[in-house]
Amino acid sequence: MMKGSNLPFNGTTEQEAQLRQKLNELRSKDGALMPAMQFAQELYGYLPYEVQLIISEELGVSLSDVYGVATFYSQFSLYPKGKYRIGICLGTACYVKGSQDIYDRLQQLLGIKSGECTADRLFSLDATRCVGCCGMSPVMTVNDDVYGRIKPDDVEGILAKYRERG
Amino acid sequence: MISLKINNIPVYVNEGSTILEAARSIGIKIPTLCHMKELSELGACRVCVVEVKGMRNLVAACEYPVSEGMEVFTNTPRVLNSRKTTIELILSDHRQDCLSCERNTNCELQRLSHKYDCDSRRFEGRTADFVYDDTTEYLIRDNSKCILCRRCIAVCKRQQGVGAIGVNERGFKTHVACPFDMDLVNTNCIGCGQCINVCPTGALQEKPEILRVQQALANPEKYVVVGTAPSVRAALAELFDMPMGINCQGKINTALRYLGCDKVFDINCSADFTIMEEANELVDRIKNGGKLPMFTSCCPGWVSHIEKNYPELIGHLSSCKSPQGMFGALVKHVFVKRENINPKDIFVVAVMPCTAKKGEKNRTFTDGLADIDAVITTRELSGLLKENGILLNELPDSETDSPFGEYTGAGMIFGATGGVMEAALRTAVSVLDPNAKLLPLEFSEVRGLDGVKEATYIVGGKPVKVAVVNGLKNVKTVCDKVKSGECDYSFVEVMTCPGGCVMGGGQPIRATIVKHRDEVAKARAGVLYSADRSMFARRSHNNGSLLKIYDEFLDRPNSELAHKLLHTHYTPRPKYIKE
Repeated sequence: MMKGSNLPFNGTTEQEAQLRQKLNELRSKDGALMPAMQFAQELYGYLPYEVQLIISEELGVSLSDVYGVATFYSQFSLYPKGKYRIGICLGTACYVKGSQDIYDRLQQLLGIKSGECTADRLFSLDATRCVGCCGMSPVMTVNDDVYGRIKPDDVEGILAKYRERG
Repeated sequence: MISLKINNIPVYVNEGSTILEAARSIGIKIPTLCHMKELSELGACRVCVVEVKGMRNLVAACEYPVSEGMEVFTNTPRVLNSRKTTIELILSDHRQDCLSCERNTNCELQRLSHKYDCDSRRFEGRTADFVYDDTTEYLIRDNSKCILCRRCIAVCKRQQGVGAIGVNERGFKTHVACPFDMDLVNTNCIGCGQCINVCPTGALQEKPEILRVQQALANPEKYVVVGTAPSVRAALAELFDMPMGINCQGKINTALRYLGCDKVFDINCSADFTIMEEANELVDRIKNGGKLPMFTSCCPGWVSHIEKNYPELIGHLSSCKSPQGMFGALVKHVFVKRENINPKDIFVVAVMPCTAKKGEKNRTFTDGLADIDAVITTRELSGLLKENGILLNELPDSETDSPFGEYTGAGMIFGATGGVMEAALRTAVSVLDPNAKLLPLEFSEVRGLDGVKEATYIVGGKPVKVAVVNGLKNVKTVCDKVKSGECDYSFVEVMTCPGGCVMGGGQPIRATIVKHRDEVAKARAGVLYSADRSMFARRSHNNGSLLKIYDEFLDRPNSELAHKLLHTHYTPRPKYIKE
């Protein structure tokens, strides 16, 4: 089974035109791969197969090289980000306070693993390092909202709030 | 010149040399597991570390350049201990089924473990999640034996210009695989098997077909016919403790009979058929304004490459099947008629220097019947003989069987880069110029190991420009020229592997035994060229058996029946298939 997102690619023709134009500019330059991939990551929010293939063909770099770079650096993602990006801190303080249980509950309720995105593209999940508010541990973030001192049973209600908003 | 000292011995080497090269020049071999000159020079394995006076850390000898007055120590306790620990760490994440491993006794990791007296169980713990990929018809990738040396990646990308595999992820999760961890069968891999030949361990091997051959041999209802490719006879001896450059075809014939094969033919013979068809196709294209340049189609790696990467150039490929395909079709549709055998009872085995041929056998059919039933590599033949206790080096020579055992020098040289071109020219010039008195026989310009060789010959009063490419990466410039219409070649031979089939992915693995790959290529090609010189008939159209078969069955080259049996077609294929 192929690694990476199994959500259908829904890039627009405008995005593709923008990407190809950028690749055109970069093509003759040395070390074009990183800036090209950074541009594409910014443009699409992630680097799916379809996008990596365009980069590979336009720059004349093998797909295995593109994928190798994409999976080496954590700044690149193979999965799209949801409308609501959930972060769960697995840093020392939060972990001691049981954030693993919250993380497990999130994975169970959303049906995805860290780095992935739900099929409706509403939620994506990332296990993070310390977010800087250990006093509130265990901490979960949804976009810019911070939830502190939560228990696994709180998770369902928090998710429901965002589901209602759509 | 730079002067330095290695283990207190004065050494003088050219500027830019590495410590590894400097040491080698005075007879000290520093071990490496990842290094390949000009192909892979990244110091990944850390086995070649040495101590340099004044430097805090050990340095990788394979990539560290020498400098004036440098003092190097290759054998201090610190160095030896570091190497030992490194190897033991590699072993901690290596599936150690050495006793039954394909590469047992020919494994670089095994050799070094022994040499450095390593404890294979010193470090125990979690191992990486290994991938085992046997999705292709031609090779198996077993990451549980991969040591991440990256040689396979270097060969695939830099020598072949394919880049089917790379390094994915990082840290403990680092592994060699296809992009998106796709199965190899869904990628741009062309099956050349060059990665197998550079793998220091048993992480890569051909997909074995020995068992199917053994079953056919044991089945009294099967009539087993075998043919050996030119390059096999130039290399098999190496696997039986004989030196490089020995022609062992006579012994192979005997060995194949010992195994119980009903007929021992020779792919050299069908190579002569290939030339008859291909040379006439070329002449036809030149005379009647067909698509030029015409590309040779004997090499399945090349055919696969063009189908996946240059679909617009498919029309340039000769429609001829390869000698392997022709061999099967001739056996199953011509030989059976003479002998009154049901074609379904025949089991045709091709012994090939090549892994891609295993894939090719699943694409050439005649009247719904596969031309070839099994393809085994030179290495597999060696394994089969050893398993049967057949001591190749002690066997007497014997001849091949009639009618597909007779061949000319032209069929013989197919295994070396430029060989197909030369063989085709020997016939094409006489077709185009039937009245010429003195026809050229040797075309030395197309011989040798240069990546791209060009020559112009006057054929039938007109200049014909030809090119010979070996090492698939070199084909890009030729293909780009053809695409842009700037190409003035009439005929182009392409062999995927550098040096041609003699250096194919199914040949004996000699990565670290010899100093330079070119020496191996020269020794093996030398076998074919000297056999050619010693033959009376050196042009395919002088093959008596072949002429008789055209006379009795096929009528003439490119006849309707010849087309049905000996020609094929090609289809554009996707570079990647999203799973």
